[in-house]
Amino acid sequence: MVDVLRFRDDEPVGDPAVTVDAFSEQTNASAVRVEPGDDARDLIPFLEQLRLIEVDFPSFMDGRGYSAARILREAGYKGELRAVGDVLIDQLSHLRRCGFDAFAPEKGLDPADVEAAFNRWPEVYQAAADDRQPIWAKRHGITNG
Amino acid sequence: MYRYDQYDQAMVDARVAEFRDQTRRRIEGKLSEDQFKPLRLQNGLYLQLHAYMLRVAVPYGTLNSAQMHVLADIADKYDRGYGHFTTRQNIQYNWIKLEDAPDILADLAKVEMHAIQTSGNCIRNISSDQFAGATADEIIDPRPYAELLRQWSSFHPEFLALPRKFKIAVIASDTDRAAMKLHDIGIRLVKNDAGELGAAFYVGGGMGRTPMVAPLIRDFVPLDQLITYSEACLRVYNRYGRRDNKYKARIKILVHELGKDEYARQVEEEFAHLLTQNIEPPLAELERIAAHFTDPAFETGLSDDLDLSDPDFALWVERNCAAHKQPGYIIANISLKPVGGIPGDASAAQIHLMADLAKAYSFDELRVTHAQNIVLPHVKKADLYTLWQKLEAADLGTANIDTIEDIIACPGLDYCSLANARSIPVAQKISKRFAETGKSDTLGELKLKISGCINACGHHHAGHIGILGVDRKGVENYQLLLGGCEGDDTSLGTITGPGFDENGIVGAVEKATDVYLANRQDGERFLDTYRRIGMAPFKEALYG
Repeated sequence: MVDVLRFRDDEPVGDPAVTVDAFSEQTNASAVRVEPGDDARDLIPFLEQLRLIEVDFPSFMDGRGYSAARILREAGYKGELRAVGDVLIDQLSHLRRCGFDAFAPEKGLDPADVEAAFNRWPEVYQAAADDRQPIWAKRHGITNG
Repeated sequence: MYRYDQYDQAMVDARVAEFRDQTRRRIEGKLSEDQFKPLRLQNGLYLQLHAYMLRVAVPYGTLNSAQMHVLADIADKYDRGYGHFTTRQNIQYNWIKLEDAPDILADLAKVEMHAIQTSGNCIRNISSDQFAGATADEIIDPRPYAELLRQWSSFHPEFLALPRKFKIAVIASDTDRAAMKLHDIGIRLVKNDAGELGAAFYVGGGMGRTPMVAPLIRDFVPLDQLITYSEACLRVYNRYGRRDNKYKARIKILVHELGKDEYARQVEEEFAHLLTQNIEPPLAELERIAAHFTDPAFETGLSDDLDLSDPDFALWVERNCAAHKQPGYIIANISLKPVGGIPGDASAAQIHLMADLAKAYSFDELRVTHAQNIVLPHVKKADLYTLWQKLEAADLGTANIDTIEDIIACPGLDYCSLANARSIPVAQKISKRFAETGKSDTLGELKLKISGCINACGHHHAGHIGILGVDRKGVENYQLLLGGCEGDDTSLGTITGPGFDENGIVGAVEKATDVYLANRQDGERFLDTYRRIGMAPFKEALYG
């Protein structure tokens, strides 16, 4: 069973993640955890120092974390962005597109299912927080950047 | 009409494979029902009272004959020989087995169709004007914009777990035939003072238990920012839409609670940010799509004369046909509301026949309407009589579009696990009563809509006459509403007073129409008279 998935080459951050509230009082932390009700934009002034941002999915049905992830990537965050909690197979590829590069599902996942999930979509229709070229860009010969 | 390229086909094929895999994992117990439910819903599969129901998308209501034939084949092979056309221009099958669903999706993919996001808390099928590309009153064909939005919204990674479902309609004429302002986003293509094309955004409309007419949020979004602005609207909703109460989770509640100006301000802020992110497809993509929607090869120099000497045909033309932009052509509506029938239902044989007729007489094109009827959009007037005779022979020639017999009804307690009351038998009784008394003709345009519960799938809020089925101490009870309208002058109906039982509601509708007939002035429709004289005379007749 897969417990942690990571698409980064750097060393994982060992520091425990603090809440966004706690972070606002102790802004030297390097790891923070964003809950669905938090405003990810509150972290934007601190993205340089942050090495790990965990985004919690208490329920896979609550999609606020997808927007939080994209907002952080769009603001230039380069550190680890980890989806934690109720992270399931069928959400993995979409989470990845929103900028997550690490996954710590509450319940372990079948490695074969994980692999199939990440290879599911041969193409994508939208520009998002990953570097995949949308179908419209391919149709018109537009390259990234 | 739009045809898939290798990319579109690859996406639909990948979806079929994904759903097959999800179904396997469900059957193997790797997915719990709670985990599987949103996945099957996003493939249009509901668990209803008696069986699974599959809702197949008909993007912006446009179909060709090959697709229509496959819809009939599915009805025969996997259902009980019927399909049910819905108020969002889709088709549903009511008797589906879970294990067949992946095969049905595979059959659909072969003719460039799917059931993607026809349910669930995501962006649903994009609906549009059923007369698009055929009517003279549009400034442009709205369907290319709907197709652009279809592709953008399909598998959008950020918006697959929204607070609630999300419905978008796109129109491009002054006459609103798509209930645009009763959608989460209603888009009307408009021209600005400089003559440039753009989109007006109405956000936060909807029916359900808290009906709202969408306010205008932005009067002009340039065409090369359409996707970016839509994305901003959705992101604000995804982040701030309520998730504490499913009945307050639609965007209409957010827009209402924030106020439209504050919502618009937040969208503007997000929009300004997203404009820096290069997420907009180039205009060349819109042009590529639009090239699929050029006019068919209309003949020119045709006569506009019609031989109306057959009075039954003349009535059908008057009731069911609409003006076409091209001389010598006409738009023909096929009523799926035979007297005493189930609104929106068609047999597999009828679906096959409509496909054949579209091929022979309408440049291979059909449309589904939000009123649950079918349109042949491009019929040569010289062919119309022959077409009508063939429709008549298949019980598809009913001349009652927009009359009181042209009822919108939800599936109700006969099928739906949410319903409190049956809708279909009430619709059947009303259409029979008015057909038998011959009053339908006298009444003219009168839109009657029936929902079997407050979720309002039968659009009762938007009916000139609306009927809402409720459960009153274990007995079906029907409330009557008057004065709703889904069109340009969108309004929501008002409840007349205490409800009625199943037979009582038929009598009550009749009484309401009598008040209209006694009070109408020249040329007034039921709705006009109601708006002029108000509720009091109707209440007096119903309860006095």
